[in-house]
Amino acid sequence: MTEIVMSQTPPILHGPSEKERKYDRQLRLWAASGQAALESANILLVNSGAGTVGVETLKNLVLPGIGRFAIYDDAKVEEADLGVNFFLDSDSLGRSRSQSQTGFLLELNPEVEGAGYPNEDIKSLESLLADSPLFTLIMYTHPTSEEYLSLLESYGQQHKTPLVAIHSAGFYSYFQINLPGAFPIVDTHPDETATTDLRLLTPWPELSAFAKELANDIDNLSDFEHGHLPYVVILLHYLEKWKADHNGSYPSSYKEKTEFRRLVQGAARTNNAEGGEENFDEAAAAVLKTLTIPSLPSGLKEVFEYQHTDPVEQRSSFWLIADAIKQFYEKHQCLPLPGKVPDMKAQSKVYIQLQNIYKAKARQDGAEIVQTVKAAAGDDHQVDPAEVELFCKNAAFVKLINATGGKISRADRLREVAAQEFANDEMAEMTLSPLSLLPIYLALQPTARVASATADEIVAQIAKLVPGADKNERVVQAAQEVARAEGGELHNIAALTGGMVAQETIKIITKQYVPIDNTCIFDGIHSRAQILRL
Amino acid sequence: MSSTNEPDSTTVAEPDSDTVTAAEPEPNTVIITDPNLIGSETVYPFGPTAEPEAPMASAAVYPASEPTRWRYLDQIRTRPGPFTNPEAFDGKTVAENMEKMKVLVIGAGGLGCELLKNLAMSGFKNIHVIDMDTIDISNLNRQFLFRESDVGKSKAEVAAAFVERRVKGVKITPHNCKIQDFDEDFYMQFQIVVCGLDSIEARRWINATLVNMVDEEVEDSYKPLIDGGTEGFKGQTRVVLPTVTSCIECQLDMHAPRAAVPLCTLASIPRQPEHCVEWAHVIAWDQEKPFPQLDKDDPEHITWLYQKALARAEEFNIAGVTYALTQGVVKNIIPAIAATNSVIAAACCNEALKIASGCAPYLGFPDNNYMMYSGNDSIYTYTFNHERKADCPVCGTRAREITVDPSWTLKELVESFATRPEAQLKKPSVRAEGKTLYMQSPPSLEEQTRPNLEKTLTELGLAEGQEIGVTDPAFATVSFKFKLKFGQA
Repeated sequence: MTEIVMSQTPPILHGPSEKERKYDRQLRLWAASGQAALESANILLVNSGAGTVGVETLKNLVLPGIGRFAIYDDAKVEEADLGVNFFLDSDSLGRSRSQSQTGFLLELNPEVEGAGYPNEDIKSLESLLADSPLFTLIMYTHPTSEEYLSLLESYGQQHKTPLVAIHSAGFYSYFQINLPGAFPIVDTHPDETATTDLRLLTPWPELSAFAKELANDIDNLSDFEHGHLPYVVILLHYLEKWKADHNGSYPSSYKEKTEFRRLVQGAARTNNAEGGEENFDEAAAAVLKTLTIPSLPSGLKEVFEYQHTDPVEQRSSFWLIADAIKQFYEKHQCLPLPGKVPDMKAQSKVYIQLQNIYKAKARQDGAEIVQTVKAAAGDDHQVDPAEVELFCKNAAFVKLINATGGKISRADRLREVAAQEFANDEMAEMTLSPLSLLPIYLALQPTARVASATADEIVAQIAKLVPGADKNERVVQAAQEVARAEGGELHNIAALTGGMVAQETIKIITKQYVPIDNTCIFDGIHSRAQILRL
Repeated sequence: MSSTNEPDSTTVAEPDSDTVTAAEPEPNTVIITDPNLIGSETVYPFGPTAEPEAPMASAAVYPASEPTRWRYLDQIRTRPGPFTNPEAFDGKTVAENMEKMKVLVIGAGGLGCELLKNLAMSGFKNIHVIDMDTIDISNLNRQFLFRESDVGKSKAEVAAAFVERRVKGVKITPHNCKIQDFDEDFYMQFQIVVCGLDSIEARRWINATLVNMVDEEVEDSYKPLIDGGTEGFKGQTRVVLPTVTSCIECQLDMHAPRAAVPLCTLASIPRQPEHCVEWAHVIAWDQEKPFPQLDKDDPEHITWLYQKALARAEEFNIAGVTYALTQGVVKNIIPAIAATNSVIAAACCNEALKIASGCAPYLGFPDNNYMMYSGNDSIYTYTFNHERKADCPVCGTRAREITVDPSWTLKELVESFATRPEAQLKKPSVRAEGKTLYMQSPPSLEEQTRPNLEKTLTELGLAEGQEIGVTDPAFATVSFKFKLKFGQA
């Protein structure tokens, strides 16, 4: 039997490797490029407090295969650790917490390297930072000492390393990402449905000619041909007709567009078994969505308007391409064509032809960008055409995180945001919007350096951060809730927060999807999160 | 629990304006009878009457066994906080009660591994887990209780043994079988059921079973169902209090089935690489039967499909057929990562802890029973109240209205149940006014009723407003009631 089967089956052409099989479910999210970025990442966790949230985060990074990690944690394992931290057991009691955790984490994925500190050779955080290969990202969990904090901050500034502060206590948590300057993302993975860009109101000659060729004699087409005209062709045909009847202008108002939709729908042949034509249904359904001139997306606008402060940054390939795209936009009043055609009812050959027309135009636009980039970059700077292609494909969805950092002080910004959030809360009942989670962030601040505090102490500290906030009932409640935890973690909240931090870390390392900007607060009592820029 | 495909969840639906309401208090929830969840005198602990009380951070902690080890947990679960409903909370009994409770975990996959860890770390001591699956290499990127040497072993057994070894004092009983293998007596022994399932069908089955088990006279018959699901960076957590809040079946339209590609597209006008793969899967395989039966986990079989798809794609000049795509389409693979499972499973177990202890309000009472999570673009959660549906076929009392065309044949009606988002019944049998119109089984009845399939609804005497009963072997105990509305469907 086996032999027969073997003889019937040709050899595996591009079957997956062992590693591809293991990572299959995540490669479908971030592809080989994202995986390669993860595998070259070196993550440091500076752990303190109850110490669970950081380890839960690392678990979610070791499993998908980061290159290596280090844990700096000078605590010895105590009995209370075993009630909250899964990556320790009773054999760990009295031993170094960082090393015990490291051992259990490494079991999760043999391809990952990791070490726990302090150890025989490296005793202090300072020497760990000085003697280690460059860290890609550093996480630290509160409470953190002033000393560690200033060491990490200066390392972050010097090496442009993203820092993530994490605080989990009782039912509450937050984490805050500090990126070293503006952080652009091209591969944002927008929803498929949002990316359709067909240029039906600004067709180029090849596209118009194609539509004309197919639909010129539309009334005399066979039923089969008529029922298989791609909706792009149908819309282009009837737009021409509309223009002829409306002094050369396209349907622009909502009323005109619905009228145009009726025109399209009415052109379907109904003397058939189905009583209509699917391609005409598709055409009618696409009218409102596709017959608009897209405005410049806000994310890209931010990129175009970004003021550089760092000349090195300005010469990076992202900014060179962004600048070329800006010039393209100014010249043509549109972005380079992404070139993707959604599936639509059509004959195979016709659909592929249509696809090729869009692809050719996208390549032509891309070539223009490459030219501009080359001219600006000079000979010594190579820009990868694949990077240009990706940028052109995603131009409408490019995002800039942390674009406006550093204009006002942290303390002032917190007060500004607090005023805004409390004002929103006053209106929340009317606007039916959820209440702000800022009180949770405020209530956790006073325990960011010390393990625990009473509710009264917390409220008094908040008053110093945001004058008047101590009078807010929800702030007082949050302070009471934080006091209940006495600096202790709940495993679930640590695991949940660790999941979120790991997601964000993956996004930052792979430069795919869109990370938060910059603080995520979680309320485990009402099970919801809020993102604030603080 | 999973079939041959491998995701950790069903797809996550976007908020649907028809079914979602803002979080406003609903008058009904005040007069709920007291379904007992935990101990003898407990009611759903968070009633609308609960006012934020003065803090009691200095209140005493009431540990059970091993007070030092569970210090952090006891500080929270045995002491009231500002949001705790004092009338429904007795800190003295919490730890002891929780040690006696039995919790059921369904699924020992991506979510299930996390659920077992989290429940053990939340102070539950007696946990059962059901999963019929064995460990595959593609699980290892997230199912962290499994190692390479475990590939091929029972998920439930390996996961249970691992957590028992790591967390001293917890007992985890594995069941390497299907949820349908157990009856109501089995499910009656648990106080809470937590699901980490990958199929909608299994969710609907356990949901229907738990709703059916509710006996108003027996407080212990109300079993809260906590359900998680993930897909890529997205997920959801929901709590069902059977017959009190909206149930999985009420929410079914949030998980609309994927639209199938028309057969004629596959057969004659393919345009996408997926069309070529589906053609190889649906048409070429049946024609050529290269192996006695398609095993979607056998690389040789997938390779055969891949090469067929590739040849077809070349014929039509279609780019993009790869091995990974072939496998993804054939197995309906949903991307899955540890981080998202971590978020969703922990959100589920957080609700379990709150329900079991009463130390804080939980999803589902008095409102907001559903949390949606998305991490694709920043982080976004949407926690809302999904309203119960009076015409829910499982927990409702009214027949659900469906629009049908009177000129349809019964066959068309029967087939429509598979694709209607609010029905999703694959093998429906139909009755009307005590008369059997079509039965899928036994074969003799099927044969007897088959001629009806070609008759139109009008010919069968079905009228506007008439109620029909639909059963499906996937839901043995439930008869779905629908009310016919004539129109263009």
